[in-house]
Amino acid sequence: MAHFEKANSLNEWLDQRLAVNTLKRVLQTEYWIPKNINFLWAMGMVLAITFGILLVSGIFLLMYYQPNVDTAFDSVNYTIMREVGFGWLWRHVHAVAASVVFLIIYIHMFTGIYYGSYKKGREIIWISGMLLFVAFSAEAFSGYMLPWGQMSYWAGMVITNLFSLGSLEFNGLVEWIRGDYVPAQAFLTRFFMLHVLLIPLAIIALIGIHFGALRLPHVNNQDGEEFDYDVEAEKYKAGDKKNSKVIAFANDFLSKDMFVVAVYLVFFFYLVFWNYSFAMDPVNFDPADGLKTPAHIYPEWYFLWSYEILRPFSKDIGLIAFGFAQVIFVFLPFLDRSPNAVPASRRGLFFIWFWLLLIDMIALTAMGKLPPEGIYSTIGFVSAVVFILLWIALPIITKFEKKV
Amino acid sequence: MKEFKILAVVVFFSLVTYWLVEPLAHSILHKHVDSNHFTYADLPALEKTGDVANGKELVMGAGACTGCHSLEAAGIAASMDAVTAASSYGVNPPDLSAVGAIYDDKFLAALIKDPASALNVSHKFDPASGKMHPMTQFYGAGGDMDQEVADMVAYFKSIAPKAEEVTPAIAYENACGRCHAVKYESWTQIGEKPTFKFKKDEYRFDANVLEYQEHLTKYMGALPPDLSMYYRSRNVHFLETFIEDPQSHLAGTAMPRVGVNAESAEKIVEYLADSADTLREDRESVGIKVMIFMLIFTIFAYLWKREIWKDLH
Repeated sequence: MAHFEKANSLNEWLDQRLAVNTLKRVLQTEYWIPKNINFLWAMGMVLAITFGILLVSGIFLLMYYQPNVDTAFDSVNYTIMREVGFGWLWRHVHAVAASVVFLIIYIHMFTGIYYGSYKKGREIIWISGMLLFVAFSAEAFSGYMLPWGQMSYWAGMVITNLFSLGSLEFNGLVEWIRGDYVPAQAFLTRFFMLHVLLIPLAIIALIGIHFGALRLPHVNNQDGEEFDYDVEAEKYKAGDKKNSKVIAFANDFLSKDMFVVAVYLVFFFYLVFWNYSFAMDPVNFDPADGLKTPAHIYPEWYFLWSYEILRPFSKDIGLIAFGFAQVIFVFLPFLDRSPNAVPASRRGLFFIWFWLLLIDMIALTAMGKLPPEGIYSTIGFVSAVVFILLWIALPIITKFEKKV
Repeated sequence: MKEFKILAVVVFFSLVTYWLVEPLAHSILHKHVDSNHFTYADLPALEKTGDVANGKELVMGAGACTGCHSLEAAGIAASMDAVTAASSYGVNPPDLSAVGAIYDDKFLAALIKDPASALNVSHKFDPASGKMHPMTQFYGAGGDMDQEVADMVAYFKSIAPKAEEVTPAIAYENACGRCHAVKYESWTQIGEKPTFKFKKDEYRFDANVLEYQEHLTKYMGALPPDLSMYYRSRNVHFLETFIEDPQSHLAGTAMPRVGVNAESAEKIVEYLADSADTLREDRESVGIKVMIFMLIFTIFAYLWKREIWKDLH
């Protein structure tokens, strides 16, 4: 057993046993972040806070929610909304956070793409981030099943049907996923398990990897500037904070993060109390009815772009396009052949590529909600083709990019 | 300054996406129906001034309204219980005590003269094919028919409670409640479900509800849905225009136009809001408090940031 001196303070006592001073140094006071950043660099903290809100509100909802096809709807809409003190608040917070988290994820993602923060050692940050996107998507989908409303039921039907893989007719696989021929009790209970246990565990693990992956390549900066962190850190520690290109994670970076988080929370709570219906589709306030298909079935807004890539094509081609859209972002670090890890504004054709991709995905999102007919169908089809062409073009245009 | 430009870009694209998937998409997805503000312009105006005493005689006369309808305000009880009434008529005929306050005058007059067309269900009840509306139309008592109808309407208005005495529950129960249950308010088609001491009594009540629903299903073609969550699954504009005329949203539906006046429609919507969005006032008041807290938090966060960063710039 190691030799322990008598500690003179609680801090010293903890430091002997947990090395809290080292932890504090490594994780906070000497965890170096570049100074040249803007508020978009706070999106990670905004996401962490939103995930925390989802976790806490979810725990409260979990105490009253009943994963049973006969009582699920009423446990949410009657028990939680009317009987439980502040149940309505937790439910609205949970629903709005689940939707807004995707807005922030998309902002975070497009920030990464714009500033080239997936290259030169930052590949794992990007890949773990995209895995988090997949995990959050699965979490959102499984959570959407739980109130057992009309959209829960029919979205569950449509999405699990995708696993029949079109003409391959893997109906056995679909039944295995559902645990039944149609979404029913077995289906609800397993999606409940996924939502409250397995996927949150995966998310927490992936967040750990995502943070860990930042450590060695460091956070990117606004100009893609490469500099020696050790030299800059020495300047900072010597007291020359003004000329150092780095700041400490805490409290320098954290104080800015918290200000952005505060502004974000004002916006977030405005949505929770006054503008929540975008996150709580009216159709899902009708109880699930397997005999009554809703007039329009559409996913939540954050899935619309990929849904629209599925829709305008024939069954099999649509599925292939959909599969392509689901995985292609993960390969971004390898499809971008350019040696430049600088903002898109300095990368010529890539700059155009970036804005085209953003506008195209917004067009897909808009068309994904509308009925697939007439002009909407045409715009959807063109946008889906453009999406695929953009990704095919990416290695080519970046290959010929000049070194800056 | 650069940060504000970036923020403007982020906000712009977020708002465009929001506008496309919410206001725009919903305006395309849902049929647009204008409200006529419960004016019932298709129904003829009442031109005669009614005589209450004569109206009373007509309403209570042999073979008239009270043959089928109860009129509790005048001490006339229902001749049958709700289930038996539904087995005879398809649906339990309403008590007439409050109709003068709940329904539009023009509508009441038109209903007395020709129920199927006032209710906008002529497509369902065609006398030529022998399918008569269960409510017999008033053929006149020998005098000026318009005068007699006006008298009856005047009588109903004279016995009806004042508008402010009609609660949301009374308006709902009269106009909607004999077809639509509202589970979250313990409302069934045969009345409010009491709390029972004995299970067997509860089963008996439930069996009566089921039997009533069976007759109602046969009469309407499908069981009218429970409206517990309709305030949230539909919007207020939809509810109002649907109540005003169900055909405008759902052509060919068996649901009748119930003919409520504007104030009663508002009360019905309030009743539905109480069921589906019970704690909406709490939401407002808690919301304001949370906002005040967050704004103060934001100010402190900004001051902290400024304090820390003054050494860094």
